[in-house]
Amino acid sequence: MKTLLRNVAIEERFHPAKGAGWCGGLDYAGRFLAGAIGKKNRGPAPLEMTVLSAAKVLRVVACAAVALSLLAPQASAQVTFERLLNSSKEPQNWMMYSGDYAGHRFSALEQINTSNAASLVPKWAYQTMAGGKFEGTPLVVDGILYGTGQDDRVFALDARSGRPIWQYQQALPLDIRPCCGRVNRGLAILGDKVFVATLDAHVIALDRKTGNVVWDVHAAEHSKGYSFTLAPLVIKNLVIVGVSGGEYGIRGFIDAYDAATGERKWRFNTIPGPEEPGHETWEGDSWKVGGSPAWITGTYDPATNTTFWTTGNPAPSNRGEGRAGDNLYSDCLLALDPDTGKLKWHFQFTRHDEHDYDATQVPVMIDDGDRKLIAQANRNGFFYVIDRSSGKLLFATPYGRVTWSDSKDASGVPVARKEASPTLQGVPVCPGAIGATNWMSPTYDPQTKLFYVTAREQCDIFATAPQPYEAGHAFYGSAYFPNDEAQPFWGALRALDPATGKLKWEWKHTSPSWAGVLSTAGGLVFTGDAEGNFIALEAASGKALWHFQCGASVFSSPMSFAIDGKQYVAVAAGSALFTFGLP
Amino acid sequence: MRCESSGATSVTKNMSESRRETFSKFLTAPKRRRAIVAGFVVTVFLWTTAPTLRAQEKNPFAGDAKVAKLGEYQFRLNCAFCHGLGARGGGRGPDLTRAQKHHGNTDAELFHNIHDGIAGTAMPAATNGGIGVGMSDEEIWQVVTYIRSVEKKASAAETGDAARGKALFYGSAACGSCHMVSGKGGRLGPDLSSTGTSRSLEYLAESVRSPSKRLATGLSEPMKDFSQEYETATVVTPEGIKLQGVVLNEDSFTIQMLDTREELHSFEKAKLRSFEKTRESLMPAYDAKSLPEKDLKDLIAFLLAASEKGGAQ
Repeated sequence: MKTLLRNVAIEERFHPAKGAGWCGGLDYAGRFLAGAIGKKNRGPAPLEMTVLSAAKVLRVVACAAVALSLLAPQASAQVTFERLLNSSKEPQNWMMYSGDYAGHRFSALEQINTSNAASLVPKWAYQTMAGGKFEGTPLVVDGILYGTGQDDRVFALDARSGRPIWQYQQALPLDIRPCCGRVNRGLAILGDKVFVATLDAHVIALDRKTGNVVWDVHAAEHSKGYSFTLAPLVIKNLVIVGVSGGEYGIRGFIDAYDAATGERKWRFNTIPGPEEPGHETWEGDSWKVGGSPAWITGTYDPATNTTFWTTGNPAPSNRGEGRAGDNLYSDCLLALDPDTGKLKWHFQFTRHDEHDYDATQVPVMIDDGDRKLIAQANRNGFFYVIDRSSGKLLFATPYGRVTWSDSKDASGVPVARKEASPTLQGVPVCPGAIGATNWMSPTYDPQTKLFYVTAREQCDIFATAPQPYEAGHAFYGSAYFPNDEAQPFWGALRALDPATGKLKWEWKHTSPSWAGVLSTAGGLVFTGDAEGNFIALEAASGKALWHFQCGASVFSSPMSFAIDGKQYVAVAAGSALFTFGLP
Repeated sequence: MRCESSGATSVTKNMSESRRETFSKFLTAPKRRRAIVAGFVVTVFLWTTAPTLRAQEKNPFAGDAKVAKLGEYQFRLNCAFCHGLGARGGGRGPDLTRAQKHHGNTDAELFHNIHDGIAGTAMPAATNGGIGVGMSDEEIWQVVTYIRSVEKKASAAETGDAARGKALFYGSAACGSCHMVSGKGGRLGPDLSSTGTSRSLEYLAESVRSPSKRLATGLSEPMKDFSQEYETATVVTPEGIKLQGVVLNEDSFTIQMLDTREELHSFEKAKLRSFEKTRESLMPAYDAKSLPEKDLKDLIAFLLAASEKGGAQ
């Protein structure tokens, strides 16, 4: 069916017996019910309710009585693992960080499309009134928006009006060690709880209706540099998180907690301990403080029951002296069994990394006929396509300017140039320390079959700064700064063909952007720029169709949802979460 | 390492400075006396109870070469991104090897500027949430020790004849037609009132001899990684009027510029008949023929004198 009103589609899916019939279409009843539910729980009913004629009211009430009994379980339905697995069937909801388990950040909604995007208008904004970067992608489930903001704020809003329903803020202690701002990128939902992971290394379950703390686990010692910034990933009954802190000489890990109790079910150490395979890739005791965090949300393939996670830089990040070896599993793609945390295979993007090339970009699952792939635009400037059943590299091709590597090994893996190693005097290398991209999400559009990524064209001078490890102190042994001999830095949204790695088109940004990308069934991609614009482009061509000036840099990845049959696109910029829709 | 950019320009107001201003501005004389007494009591109290505060007045490591080395590494980690390797200044950050600092010269002022950031500038607080991973008080003192170890004195008197430089600036060299010093001069180029303390003599000389080599930076927007530079824009308006000027700001869709007649413009790029931007500065390059070495030195002496005195008038 045409999916103008996706919330109707979902009702039908849940209640296939119910036809349009005399009720005048589910559309109407659905709207009415959404309004009624809204009145009870979330604020004023929509305008259309107040302008109904008496006859219509009678008819609708009669319909509603029938529909309500059928709809009630859906309206209050909890998010089950089953629903998460089938997220594509309810595109009005955005139930996990990347929208689906494949990491596509694609919305099947098409009400906003290439023919009307030019008329988009702001619908509401929610201000956190906090400073620093607002990096969160919110979730929307059955009309409620759940978001996180700076300083580990969590909030639930009426997705129709933006009015808060509850708010939670973690009381962060003074001795936290966030590397790069007091940021949080989002949350996960299952059953009657939402899950958030905080800068003081707590994993917390909040009641989704009240924001009350249901359970709270201190996963690691925050004063030593362990923290969380990512949105957790729920698989089955487990809440999976990866730790941040590669700047402090932590030993990275990925944890799974029982969603009901908070009990830790497994931990995968991203640096193998003595006797474990891979331990030999670290010199002496360097493994103890070798970093390798896992600070971006993974993806999940239910067909093989495999969860894919990516890891960050070895520590100290820009100084390889003292940690000779490949430094596994830093800068890796890991295939884990979500039930046990056991490693199935790994693929290392950058061996013995000396340029802070964290591999922490969402590993996007793409099915190309029989080929089951993972595509990742890596911070090191290469676009990798990997067979996700074996971990075998299919190809790696640059999608930005690369000077750290000029050769590949027999398996096609890019290898570092010796001369690119940081020195005391400083060496210019591309991409710079922030990378050819960073944590901002890419998107894969199954309609255009293109992979869209925010690329940063910035080279840096890498200079070493020898320093001993000291618990809780910055431990990166290096400095980087812009190479002022180079051309001015710029950025682009690039559309890549994952079959070949070839560039289809690019949209140039005036300066490097920190905004992620959303694609939609309306033939659009949405992204933002450092100058504060939120932009809609034609997915096929890269032509800009619309933009809105948010007043501050966009430091987040957008998402889309629908309520009352109306599609919205949401993005955080400055201190505000903005939503946009058709007039 | 830094998984993300600092993006850091949320700067904290230098409290000690703002308090001083408020103090004299808003209190009447008797109240001021009472406040002074109260302040004295508080100070004595803190002096006896809080050694850490005392420590912030003076560098505990002054002159210690070993600490300066540690400070150099801290500097590389936390400061070099803007202030350059060796503290010689980057596009955004001033040259810190200059002994005379625009935002204060004492140990206490340096410490506070690093610890709290400098309001109205891109200088962030060196604490969590600011740039990088932040520094402890001890590490900040290490950086101060390092900065002291690389400082070079430069005085106007030793450099040239500042009075003659001033005459050149506003006269035959015509710098003043585009640059302002202490409120006097043109608007097209950067204000040079504090340049004498924030850039090295070599940098100043190079900027006169080859202005396009490194464009001056203008607006720094909060959260943006890079500042706008003094690029040159040439546009033809929808009405067909050709304008040239400096770019004040720009994004993918619009440009804000000051034309050579000092008129402000903001255009939608898509509506312009033509739009060209270059990194050739509008400032002419002054070679040794058009500006002999002696004149250059006098001009620089004028800039030094202007910023040393906090004004050239």
